[in-house]
Amino acid sequence: MSTMLNVEDLRVQFPTRTGTVDAVRGVSFTLGRERLGIVGESGSGKSQTGRAIMGLTPPHAKITAKTLNFDGIDLLSASVKQRRALRGSRISMILQDPKYSLNPVMSIGRQIVETLRTHEKVSKSEARKRALDMLAAVQIRDPERVYDLHPHEVSGGMGQRAMIAMMLITGPELLIADEPTSALDVTVQLDVLGILDNLVRDRGMGLIFISHDLRLVSSFCDRVIVMYAGRIVEEIAATDLRNAKHPYTQGLLNCMPEIGADRHPLPVLDRKPEWAA
Amino acid sequence: MTPALTTENLEVTFHHFRALQGVSLDVAPGESFGLVGESGSGKSTLLRAVAGLAPVSGGSITVNGNVLGKSRTKAFYREVQMVFQDPYGSLHPRQTVDRLLLEPLSVHGFGDIEPRILRALDEVGLGSSFRFRYSHQLSGGQRQRVAIARALILEPSILLLDEPTSALDASVQAEVLNLLEQIRRDRKLTFIMVSHDLAVVTHMCDRLMVMQNGAEVERLTASELARRHVTQDYTRNLLVASQGFVRPGA
Repeated sequence: MSTMLNVEDLRVQFPTRTGTVDAVRGVSFTLGRERLGIVGESGSGKSQTGRAIMGLTPPHAKITAKTLNFDGIDLLSASVKQRRALRGSRISMILQDPKYSLNPVMSIGRQIVETLRTHEKVSKSEARKRALDMLAAVQIRDPERVYDLHPHEVSGGMGQRAMIAMMLITGPELLIADEPTSALDVTVQLDVLGILDNLVRDRGMGLIFISHDLRLVSSFCDRVIVMYAGRIVEEIAATDLRNAKHPYTQGLLNCMPEIGADRHPLPVLDRKPEWAA
Repeated sequence: MTPALTTENLEVTFHHFRALQGVSLDVAPGESFGLVGESGSGKSTLLRAVAGLAPVSGGSITVNGNVLGKSRTKAFYREVQMVFQDPYGSLHPRQTVDRLLLEPLSVHGFGDIEPRILRALDEVGLGSSFRFRYSHQLSGGQRQRVAIARALILEPSILLLDEPTSALDASVQAEVLNLLEQIRRDRKLTFIMVSHDLAVVTHMCDRLMVMQNGAEVERLTASELARRHVTQDYTRNLLVASQGFVRPGA
């Protein structure tokens, strides 16, 4: 399997009035055309890892890495213009909540067309046609109608499909999905994941799936990275999750209530300072 | 024994939209009752109607034997308190924890304020060092603990819980669920808990009602659900969905 993304010793630091906050502290992994899950709690640095790859880290933050390489391009020394050309065309990102991440004053169709025409020279009618095809590909039943709707007029599941359509229309090689289904109902969640799964497989993309839900990630990805306090504590094949070695991974798996399991009180994580060391 | 809470054919209408279409339930004192459903099923609306936050257009609500009218009395709010979903939105951003806990006490004319605030903080596992912090200085789990302390400080007998852990990390969720269970045991509280997560509701509740489109789908006990004794397809779909993603053909 050819390596598409190579991350070595990635660090993201935020200077604040009270000192430097180390959000990501030496994360290394490689990604081919596969599905990689990144799991951790709030503040574990999982989203900042995704954002650093995408180039969405706030300008005041300091990013360092031994290697941050996407398909032969060194992302750290790439110019702003180069990054902009990559972002949205070869690397795309699906965000958590369609309510906040879609433009509220622009119809869904126009937003998708805008993305496409930013990266490719296509005529307006061609762009419209491709946007409609893409909406159909994310299993929106009536693309013509949804094309003209604004984000507030559609449900969360529909909004998230529109977002997936927008992110995939340029045919990216790497897709970063940051909690793509956390804002959705459980049943809708599965529909959206099914769509994402098909598209990622059919188009042979690499996927980084960021989530706090270890079980969901393990059912969706090939490989899982578990992060704690800005570091990777364990990397494990998704099928092997039951045999996780690190107490933090075991704790994350254990603390969820299960239907039929009578565990009162629920086991809670006993955080050890040495995990963060 | 008089039920802690009864609703009969409860209807809620927003303009012309019937958000609740005749829901009846009864909850015994000391029981923990769950409401499950997807967004728009009316589960939160039912709680809000009980708390007096939604326009009731028909049916009746009875709390501890008293039929509720249009407005709620002070005595009602001493009996019934609510914890909301979003701990980031339900605490006043410019009030300290101390001020947040003081308000219900002064509204209801309590005297021994100082020990009550300290006891409330202690009960939810926050030390007195949290007393003079603002909510933005707390994590999500700590904020939800403050919200629970604020609900408990009036010593209510019924707690309405609207998705109390869905905004929290799984590990923090476990801590808050354990806290709620312990409080219920210690104070013999009645819980009515709304959640979209079947696993959370079966963990916390003895009985539950599945809702869809503002109406009841079916009523189950937690053990029936655990044994998959469900009669409605809708509930079955929810059960399947709660198992996580399964790749077709895999």
